[in-house]
Amino acid sequence: MIEEEFDAIVIGAGMSGNAAAYTMASHGLKVLQLERGEYPGSKNVQGAIMYANMLEKIIPDFRDDAPLERHLVEQRLWVMDDTSHTGIHHRSDHFNEAKPNRYTIIRAQFDKWFSRKVREAGATVLCETTVTELVRDGRDRVIGVRTDRSGGIIGADVVVLAEGVCGLLGTRAGLRSMPKPETVALAVKEMHFLPEEVIEQRFGLNGDEGCVIEAVGTISHGMAGLGFLYTNKESISLGVGCLVSDFAAAMESPYALLDAFKNHPSIRPLIAGSEVKEYAAHLIPEGGYKAIPQLFGDGWVVVGDAAQLNNAIHREGSNLAMTSGRIAAEAIVQLKRRSHPMTKRNLSLYKIMLDNSFVVKDLRKYKDMPALLHTNSCNFFTTYPQLLSKAAQNFLRVDGTPKIDKEKATTAAFVKARSRWGLVSDAVRLACAWR
Amino acid sequence: MTMAVTKLRVEDKLYHNRYLVDPGRPHIKVRPHEKPSPNLLALTRVCPAKCYELNDAGQVEITPDGCMECGTCRILCEASGEIEWNYPRGGFGVLFKFG
Repeated sequence: MIEEEFDAIVIGAGMSGNAAAYTMASHGLKVLQLERGEYPGSKNVQGAIMYANMLEKIIPDFRDDAPLERHLVEQRLWVMDDTSHTGIHHRSDHFNEAKPNRYTIIRAQFDKWFSRKVREAGATVLCETTVTELVRDGRDRVIGVRTDRSGGIIGADVVVLAEGVCGLLGTRAGLRSMPKPETVALAVKEMHFLPEEVIEQRFGLNGDEGCVIEAVGTISHGMAGLGFLYTNKESISLGVGCLVSDFAAAMESPYALLDAFKNHPSIRPLIAGSEVKEYAAHLIPEGGYKAIPQLFGDGWVVVGDAAQLNNAIHREGSNLAMTSGRIAAEAIVQLKRRSHPMTKRNLSLYKIMLDNSFVVKDLRKYKDMPALLHTNSCNFFTTYPQLLSKAAQNFLRVDGTPKIDKEKATTAAFVKARSRWGLVSDAVRLACAWR
Repeated sequence: MTMAVTKLRVEDKLYHNRYLVDPGRPHIKVRPHEKPSPNLLALTRVCPAKCYELNDAGQVEITPDGCMECGTCRILCEASGEIEWNYPRGGFGVLFKFG
């Protein structure tokens, strides 16, 4: 019944799947990668910022031919109310280095490039193929997959589930539970096209320099959420995301939120005159350390978004995906070299290696942040942004009021909104969760 | 009126996207029901492609042609059995040009 046998099958051609397939194929393993989209990237959505260090560990000379948009020299973190933003900006010429640290990318283009590297490394990549089932033997070991292309089984020693945040196959096979509405965010995004020089003028950029804005505040209507604006070469990626549980409870529409963000007086002039060429939606894992499922079993490992590996605080996802894909592949390569079978016990090597990497260390550091930001999110996403805006106005407006009275008014506004106990408690909880 | 305006806006957004619709094979189905649960009802607002709509009898219906395969409805309504959710066949569905 088994049509063909591989060392490894990788399900999905996103960041984690490509990293895994590339690493295994370049170490000589016989790899099949299955992707349901017409081409790699056609189902993938990201902001997107790509972190160079994690790709360098896979393809050191990626800068030679990877489709990169702009290297980032400026980050703006904004707290917004309905008419203002108060921000922390960091811009440094040190980011103009020979090998820049962060780039904006356009996923459909980047993933095509990455997939070409995977094929050049020797893997077989099959697109337009949806995996319909993980096939298991009588002892519950995963031994292959079935696809919608033919009825037969494609066999493999190990299946790498790089199937994305929804994780249809793994959750249906009972390998892990479905993500909960309070541990995933729904983000919607538009691609706004503008001439290169207009983008450079509006953000004060030279050449390939790029700028990123990330914003919290009343734009999320009290829900736990974030707005973002990333500069690409001749387009701007602009979007908002909030927790699915918050969207459902508030019966809010993501596209209405996106349109409100676009019309905010601080955002509107930045995208004025642009032509929108795509509207996309995607889920983002937000549960952090506590949402990481079982990562390995007999004949399988799970990587990337499917393993809920996303650092919501630092908004890092694709680098955790690439790293987990690479590490899982390295573990598999090690086992293969020693001719060890792909049992649950042996594949635990992947988790040991991942636990020792920044991926799990970072997520563990922020393990209490999701619970903090997701309960009473209104305080962090509406009350404080409004208070901050008023405080800034009060500080800057010169109207003859003695400064001492202005300061007292600002303090009184904070105490009135959150009470002394509430302020202290929020600060302590934030500090504890951050540590 | 506001509903109509909102709907128009989403369709304007979806118009930019590329899809390959698999005719006669919707990848998401809503189970027949008398009265929608709060989560199912919420999909009429939360679905980013506005695939879910209320009919005159107050039941939720789906037209998944504009679906961007985000999975929000699956997260909210699959466990309760109110919807049946699958990926489109290979090559079909939304095809992001930029993503």
